Amino acid sequence: MLKIRGLRAGIEDKEILRGIDLTVNAGEVHAVMGPNGSGKSTLAQVLAGHPSFEVTGGSVTYDGKDLLELEPEERAHAGVFLAFQYPIEIPGVTNAYFLRTAYNEMRKVQGLEEVDPIEFLDVIEEKAKLVQMDPSMLNRSVNMGFSGGEKKRNEILQMAVLEPKLAILDETDSGLDIDALRVVADGVNALKAPDRATIVVTHYQRLLNYIVPDYVHVLVGGRIVKSGGKELALELEARGYDWLLAEAAA
Amino acid sequence: MTTAYSDDFRTVAELGGPGWLAERRRAAAASFTALGFPTRKNENWHYTSVAPISDRTFRMVRTPGGDASSLDLTPYQFNSPEWPRLVFLNGHFVAEQSTPADKLPEGVRVTTLGALLSEGADASNGLSDLIEQHLGRVADGEEHAFVALNTALATDGAVIVVGSEMVVDTPLHVVFVADGASSGQAIQTRTLFVAGRHSKATVIESFIGMGEADYFTNAVSEAVLDDGATFTNIKVQRESQSAFHICTTSVHQARDSHYLHFSCALGAALSRTNVYTILDGEGSGATLNGLYMLDGDQHCDHQTRIEHAKPNTFSRELYKGLLDGNSHGVFNGKVYVHPEAQKTDGKQENNNILLSPTAHIDTKPELEIYADDVRCTHGATVGQLDDTALFYMRSRGLSAAQARQLLTYAFAADVLETIELEAVRDSLEEQTLERFTRHEVGTA
Repeated sequence: MLKIRGLRAGIEDKEILRGIDLTVNAGEVHAVMGPNGSGKSTLAQVLAGHPSFEVTGGSVTYDGKDLLELEPEERAHAGVFLAFQYPIEIPGVTNAYFLRTAYNEMRKVQGLEEVDPIEFLDVIEEKAKLVQMDPSMLNRSVNMGFSGGEKKRNEILQMAVLEPKLAILDETDSGLDIDALRVVADGVNALKAPDRATIVVTHYQRLLNYIVPDYVHVLVGGRIVKSGGKELALELEARGYDWLLAEAAA
Repeated sequence: MTTAYSDDFRTVAELGGPGWLAERRRAAAASFTALGFPTRKNENWHYTSVAPISDRTFRMVRTPGGDASSLDLTPYQFNSPEWPRLVFLNGHFVAEQSTPADKLPEGVRVTTLGALLSEGADASNGLSDLIEQHLGRVADGEEHAFVALNTALATDGAVIVVGSEMVVDTPLHVVFVADGASSGQAIQTRTLFVAGRHSKATVIESFIGMGEADYFTNAVSEAVLDDGATFTNIKVQRESQSAFHICTTSVHQARDSHYLHFSCALGAALSRTNVYTILDGEGSGATLNGLYMLDGDQHCDHQTRIEHAKPNTFSRELYKGLLDGNSHGVFNGKVYVHPEAQKTDGKQENNNILLSPTAHIDTKPELEIYADDVRCTHGATVGQLDDTALFYMRSRGLSAAQARQLLTYAFAADVLETIELEAVRDSLEEQTLERFTRHEVGTA
């Protein structure tokens, strides 16, 4: 589904990703871990098409297409979804309106009829239950005045509505207490399917108790320095990242 | 000294009408002759050059011209064709397009300045005394050249009087239309609103340009609010993109009155809207809001002045601007608190978004406070659309154009929400959305 080869990218002349190779197949869950500043979030944002990052080398193929050639919205239409580490507040646009607009854009691409606000209510209410969100939050401006946990749940709600094929969770666990973490993980797990894949970017192993990965990759200095199964995450939890940093420096 | 308008002053002097009016005209003509058009050295005009107006002579025309019978006002009626209206074409009252006096809502009396001039006091619906009492007494023609010019030359306009204790639910629509025949003309209308004691009413003033004529509108509205009156005044300026538009609204407020003004500026090559009010009675208040949306080479200037002259008065002001292309916006809001106006409560804000690197805004909120027990705040912001928010929306599948449109709309939404009349609010919201749909958007 996703094939990353020799990906190099940076921001304002500063190279952050220095040759990433990663293959993700349908049905798989991949965890990308690493110390602060290793390039985890950059990788997530580059895949979603953040215009601030410049790709300087390598290739990303998604479903046979050159992902890097697509605009952010075209990537979304193709089924790529990024759950933001820091979800954006949009004053004046209600959550419900924003979600419906996004939902209808997806439907248009799929050649389906757009839904009106009443029809959308059925869609959204069911999904809101999934992330245990109070329906009153749908009528508030997007992420305005939401707590950290509410913002992350809102990301998962958007994901549940848009039903992506490739979901990328960028440190969705950071700043969450254990209850919120469970809600978020349940939401992600509910969307698991053989034709979908998930990339979980995280600093901590904790989230991986709830979203169990098939593969774990460790990113250090913009490169994947080690890959393994879910037991690698446990090893990282026990030993920290220093030994890998030492290995990478050697 | 003679001015380009000296001949017009003489022409109007020969029109006759009541003696008091002729006298006020003479004084105004003398005042304008002495003042001349303002230059940028004048502090009130620092950011706006009126050279495009003062460098040429716009003709005064004594007949409407244009085609009154085939006017189609449907697009400008806020989907509410049932609202009573007074229509002026190229500055002259058009009875056939206007609601007859006997079909007006109860409690509202109406006449025109034209009727007073041509048919005398008897034809003025019994309002001539009120007109004499107030016309030219609220707007200051001694300091403001455009007001003086209007007082000297206006020969038509609406007079709307709301009776005491009358609550009028249906809004009145005063429509100023300029059609293709207006090129090179000066259109100077004079409006007077008198809101009786404890009355409540809404008047919408629409300035509409049909076609691309390069006329000059110089309008003045005066409003007098008696004790406890609530008067809502919505101004929608959709002049031709080649037109010049100067409009001064001056208000005098008695005890416990509330004046609500909304200025929506969309049209004209050069526009200046002045809103001046004096809170001259305890407990009175003014709410002045506005939205300007500019594009191309448009220049749009708003100046407001709220004078707190008595204790326990309040003012609320929110102006928002969306500026694209090479447009230039100006906002200058003054709040002046007299020594005796203790417990004044004033809040003023101006927020702008520049949609292009070549758009420009000068914003100058000003407080002048001579009382010591007041609560006044003011602030101004200038920003761009948030790139991160645009990316966020695009990553959810919205096109770049949609994302820009939604963010722009959201920016304008809160000031539009202050318009109580749903039909007007909806119509202006729609225009905000439409205006920014056609945006070309870069890949960034």
